[in-house]
Amino acid sequence: MKKTFCLGGVHPNDNKISKNAAIEVFPPIETAYISMAQHLGAPAEPVVAVGDKVKVGTVIGKPTGFISGYVHSSVSGTVKAIEPRADIAGNLVMHVVIAVEGDEWCEEIDRSRDIVRECNLTSEEILSKIQNAGVVGLGGASFPTHVKLNPPKDKKAVALILNGTECEPFITSDDRIMRERPVEILIGAEIMMKVLNVDKAYVGIEENKPEAIASMSAAAKDFKGIEVVTLKKKYPQGGEKQLIDAVIGRQVPSGKLPIDVGAVVQNVATSLSIYEAVQKNKPVIDNSVTVSGHCMDVQHNYLVRVGTPVSKILEVAGGIPKDAAKIVSGGPMMGKAIANLDAATVKANGSILILSEEETVRKPESNCIRCGKCASACPMGLEPWLLNKLARVGGRYDDLEKERIFDCIECGCCLYTCPANIPLLDLIRINKAEVMKIIRGRAAKK
Amino acid sequence: MTGTILFTIACLVALGLLFSVVLYFVAQKFKVEEDPRIGIVESIMPGANCGGCGHAGCHAFAESVVKAPSMEGFFCPVGGNATMSKVAQALGRAVEEKEPMVAVVRCHGTFDNRERTNHYDGYASCKVMAALYTGDTGCKYGCLGKGDCVDACNFDAIHIDQRRGIAEVDESKCVACGACAKACPKGVIELRPKGFKGRRVYVSCINKDKGAVTRKACAVGCIGCGKCVKECQFDAIHVENNVAYIDFTKCKMCRKCFDACPTKAIWAVNFPPRPAAPAVSPAPAPAPAVEKPAEAPKSE
Repeated sequence: MKKTFCLGGVHPNDNKISKNAAIEVFPPIETAYISMAQHLGAPAEPVVAVGDKVKVGTVIGKPTGFISGYVHSSVSGTVKAIEPRADIAGNLVMHVVIAVEGDEWCEEIDRSRDIVRECNLTSEEILSKIQNAGVVGLGGASFPTHVKLNPPKDKKAVALILNGTECEPFITSDDRIMRERPVEILIGAEIMMKVLNVDKAYVGIEENKPEAIASMSAAAKDFKGIEVVTLKKKYPQGGEKQLIDAVIGRQVPSGKLPIDVGAVVQNVATSLSIYEAVQKNKPVIDNSVTVSGHCMDVQHNYLVRVGTPVSKILEVAGGIPKDAAKIVSGGPMMGKAIANLDAATVKANGSILILSEEETVRKPESNCIRCGKCASACPMGLEPWLLNKLARVGGRYDDLEKERIFDCIECGCCLYTCPANIPLLDLIRINKAEVMKIIRGRAAKK
Repeated sequence: MTGTILFTIACLVALGLLFSVVLYFVAQKFKVEEDPRIGIVESIMPGANCGGCGHAGCHAFAESVVKAPSMEGFFCPVGGNATMSKVAQALGRAVEEKEPMVAVVRCHGTFDNRERTNHYDGYASCKVMAALYTGDTGCKYGCLGKGDCVDACNFDAIHIDQRRGIAEVDESKCVACGACAKACPKGVIELRPKGFKGRRVYVSCINKDKGAVTRKACAVGCIGCGKCVKECQFDAIHVENNVAYIDFTKCKMCRKCFDACPTKAIWAVNFPPRPAAPAVSPAPAPAPAVEKPAEAPKSE
């Protein structure tokens, strides 16, 4: 019996049509637009000036708070401008614009693909290396990794869980790196185990990636305490709390963090960048991006430098197909439609998805018949119909708080399963933000 | 059988009498002394309970106005000056006339003026849309046209024209309660004085982008060129963050800025047509009073 999480979940068609496209190195770009908001928390502050020469790996942004991170140049060339530019949603974010000249890397970066396993650094040294390399959670939330690997002193981690589930349909970038670079990922895990001082690590992979399971299992034989766990296919298994439940059978209580049950979850792509940061001195300057969609002739997985415009990626991938209706950053369940194609990719951009008119059609909404499908699909045990009802009335934040709206992980299962096509998540999302603000305000008052 | 029915009725009557006596004494004992003037003031109020005055409803407004020493700071936007003078009379106080206000949508980015670069197909709410991205056009600031203001309005005074795609206020119905201004996530709607015969001059744009960016996004956006500032003799117009704003306390409605504005972002509404300008263009001789297209954006 394969493991999975116990509460809710849905089974969308996985559409992993790009799984056989090996990761190609994306051709050099002319101009890189590097966002200063590549991570959750405070945006970085640019530390270069217009006209400065930068190399690949030069620090161009420094953190401005505890939850913040370094940003590095992903190309070599001259800083052309430091200006606010629109991100994929159209919001203005400070960008460093670099005109690319050649491809010169900082000397300390080891560019060879030779595998370095030995790591004699102390935990503090490793953590500072991770921080200086600007490593963030590449699963999508882009939480600064050094913060997550440094839990409060009174909480002890028991196990590290590597997230290789990739439960979102279409995306295959994690699948590809697990097939192509399993040893590096596991060395990254070993480094994290050392930092967290745990002797057990699990790699959770869903059953629809047999090649990845095979390659990871083969590589894991050389590593003590690392176990590959095959999971049943179910969305949203990649959610932190769902994955902990599936792999080690512990439920994170409402309002608590994974560390409270002794678990630390990291994405496999994050593990790979930790390996590169610690063993190869390479900051996060590129990431693998899936470019996929049924209307595309060829599916791609690219190794893209951070700061490449989305339009450029689409151009290289064969242009925007005629019947494309929506271009999404991220997966079809949780991803965001891209409003501005000139926006540049950031570290946590795992995929660009091209959906046709047919796939994106919104069916007309009808009345809620209280069938309860949303409640049984919700992986957090909430009642989406009720939250939506309260949200529509407006202003009933105390009731929404009682109904634990802040537990919502915005996975979209409710909306996916609703037979009345009610856009449940839209209102829940903005009301959740409102309730979180109230809770934070209350905590600040105390 | 009859006995049972009679007995039941007698019992109920006795119980009723008993409880009424108890309730009478309890009501006397715990009587809440309320100023009788509160009731009088409340009966004068329009009873819309819209919250436009800043109080929870008409009763709450009446309560605080009776408690307050003067009429200062109290105004019912729905009833306007007529209601306020009646309230003042009932309380034996003096009241100052207030200028009537009206909600003004400071955006004319219609489908013709603003090119759509995206098409939103999600939940029809400006708030949801604004949380997801900056909007369907190149303009980050303007009206989204999903009608949160329409839902907020208790007086059926604001509508989205589906052919134009922006919110438009029906002046005859608007009571300036400010509910729409609060509901708008972009802050496009402002309350401005209605003006003599409804005549107003205002900048119908809040785009803070640089001129070139604004120009590209919208044909009638304010590019912050400052021509209106130079024209104005009353120091009423200032350009801040690349957008002009007309201070209505200083504006004398000369309309020089309206003539000077190169993008027609400044609107002058409800003015009578000017006497035919001498030899501007070979206009047809019996030019009747055709309203300028830039004037009078009537909602219907």
